[in-house]
Amino acid sequence: MPRLVSHPDEVKIVTKRFGMGAANIDKYMELGGYESLKKCIAEGPEWVINEMKSSGLRGRGGAGFPTGLKWSFVPKQSAKPKYVLVNGDESEPGTCKDHLIFLHDPHAVIEGTMIAGLAIGAKTGFIYLRGEYRYLLEITEKAVADAYEKGILGKNVLGSDFEFNVITQSGAGAYEVGEESALMESLEGKRGVPRIKPPFPAVVGLYGGPTVINNAETIASVPHVISMGGAAYAAVGSERNGGTRLFGLSGHVERPGIYELPMGYNLKKMIYEVGGGVRGGRKLKAVVPGGSSTPVLLPEEIENLGMDFDQVGKAGSMLGSGGVVVIDDQTCMVEFALRTISFYAHESCGWCIPCREGTDWLKKSLTRFHAGFGTEKDIDNIQYLAENMMGRTFCPLGDAAAMPTIGFVKKFRKEFEDHLNGKPCPFAKHVELAVV
Amino acid sequence: MSPKESNTETMSIFSPQLSARFDVLVAKYPVKRSALIPMLLYAQDEIGYLSDAVIAEVAERIGITQLDVRNVATYYSMLRFKPAGKFNIQVCTNISCMLRGAYELYERFQDELHIGHKGVTSDGVFSLEEVECIGVCCWAPAIQVNYAFHDELTPNDVPKIISEYKSKANGSVKNA
Ligand SMILES: Cc1cc2nc3c(=O)[nH]c(=O)nc-3n(C[C@H](O)[C@H](O)[C@H](O)COP(=O)(O)O)c2cc1C
Ligand code: SF4
Ligand code: FES
Repeated sequence: MPRLVSHPDEVKIVTKRFGMGAANIDKYMELGGYESLKKCIAEGPEWVINEMKSSGLRGRGGAGFPTGLKWSFVPKQSAKPKYVLVNGDESEPGTCKDHLIFLHDPHAVIEGTMIAGLAIGAKTGFIYLRGEYRYLLEITEKAVADAYEKGILGKNVLGSDFEFNVITQSGAGAYEVGEESALMESLEGKRGVPRIKPPFPAVVGLYGGPTVINNAETIASVPHVISMGGAAYAAVGSERNGGTRLFGLSGHVERPGIYELPMGYNLKKMIYEVGGGVRGGRKLKAVVPGGSSTPVLLPEEIENLGMDFDQVGKAGSMLGSGGVVVIDDQTCMVEFALRTISFYAHESCGWCIPCREGTDWLKKSLTRFHAGFGTEKDIDNIQYLAENMMGRTFCPLGDAAAMPTIGFVKKFRKEFEDHLNGKPCPFAKHVELAVV
Repeated sequence: MSPKESNTETMSIFSPQLSARFDVLVAKYPVKRSALIPMLLYAQDEIGYLSDAVIAEVAERIGITQLDVRNVATYYSMLRFKPAGKFNIQVCTNISCMLRGAYELYERFQDELHIGHKGVTSDGVFSLEEVECIGVCCWAPAIQVNYAFHDELTPNDVPKIISEYKSKANGSVKNA
């Protein structure tokens, strides 16, 4: 069972019911659950969207798109039904925050989905969980059934004339299905191959209807935005980055775990104070700040780095999924780069050539390089190949594979050079990887 | 093994409970084929893998061709076309787990079970798989045995995990 951690610097908003048995609907309501929904029904869609806009809440799935703005793009009139789609595919390496949300507070996801539905005029919401999260799907399904029984879901939500239904769905193993249009394909019972954009999901989405798709953490934040008020929620975070974030500290850190900290929290402090520093008192070598697709940062780059979308972007990386992977000085960065690209090669859906071939070539080159059979030219070739994938793929998975690779080569070139000519890597532990 | 072409009205290769569940599933979505992926996964949970008979019956229940079902099924990494062990041990070796000793853990499983990636033990009790991130990175290194997570492991935990599941396998008379 995933262990809960805490730290005095945390600001518990989304996590405030964790560990309190709130998967039980009575407990959830006793702790103030579904009050935000009531308020939204009373105030109406326009008010909801305005609160969301003023909250400064930005998408927790990775791209950081302002949630209120996204909701406002959905056309008011639509011949086809509109939908809310909750993205619980959570497959970006280093990311496990949604796991805890579904485990401890599934009703917050349901309530957030309903509020989103009310705001855009949808009657149906889908909650999609990755196939590996079977026990979390069962918890969520129980929560949905309980909500129907209490008259919260269904024809007359809480006695009003608002109607809303929630349908849960299981994936079956695929990172790419986390991409919004691939997720819609998967939900329609197809291979998870992404769709061309435009049209964007807000106009033509699931089953061809206007669809709002949000990450599970984004959706679970919604009831709190409403109960606190948009402005108060915004004030917790940093400039143009409202609220808190569930940061996941993993890797070589003394106290790994999910910590809820204000947006803009200093990364160095996060690692050394919240996480207790590098494991075993070792030296920090590098940090992957927001899941495996975000370019690596060096210790000197995190000194004054506030963890929000804009500041991490300015530092040449991305806040991504908020999964902070801490790497100590005993780590072989070539191996780390190889393990990272192996993942993307494995997960490439194969639809477009730069990604399908590019990830495979990068993996092959890095495998050979790591095994000690590289040449000087390989280093430039790896970088050249990755740079040429950027912006030339059908969906962002290609960039997600290329960006970190470029970062590893640029920032650890010396370490790549040390691998040349069969020199044994002092940190290497494994020569070959089995995942193909 | 595989029953003759079945008419789902009269006979099914699935248990009555699963059949009933499928009846609910195909009616749950705005479009019938949205049920396809969960159906395949639940069918696999019961039968062990996607046999020809499973594919035929799922295709018929949804009203699409078997080729269409296969085309979709091959996309998803959890779906398989060959039997796995009764307990499928999936070891994550992705970055967060790797940094905390996932390879040592994976090697220990290989040594104890004498099988490698996607291997099955001769008694059919265990299979082993090196997998990508399973969403428990903060409690690394971690594995999944079928759907059950085991986290914050060391190689020394391996024998205990294996014997725990072995006794489960012995306890339930063979129905894998
Ligand atoms: C390859 C790929 C994988 C993704 N995986 C996920 C995921 O697992 N969960 C998620 O919420 N968003 C994921 N996204 C982002 C989604 O496409 C989408 O932007 C997001 O769900 C929108 O929600 P938000 O605005 O609340 O962030 C992924 C994107 C790409 C390109
Ligand atoms: S970039 Fe192309 S091949 Fe890669 S996942 Fe996206 S569509 Fe598929
Ligand atoms: S990296 Fe192993 S569970 Fe995420």
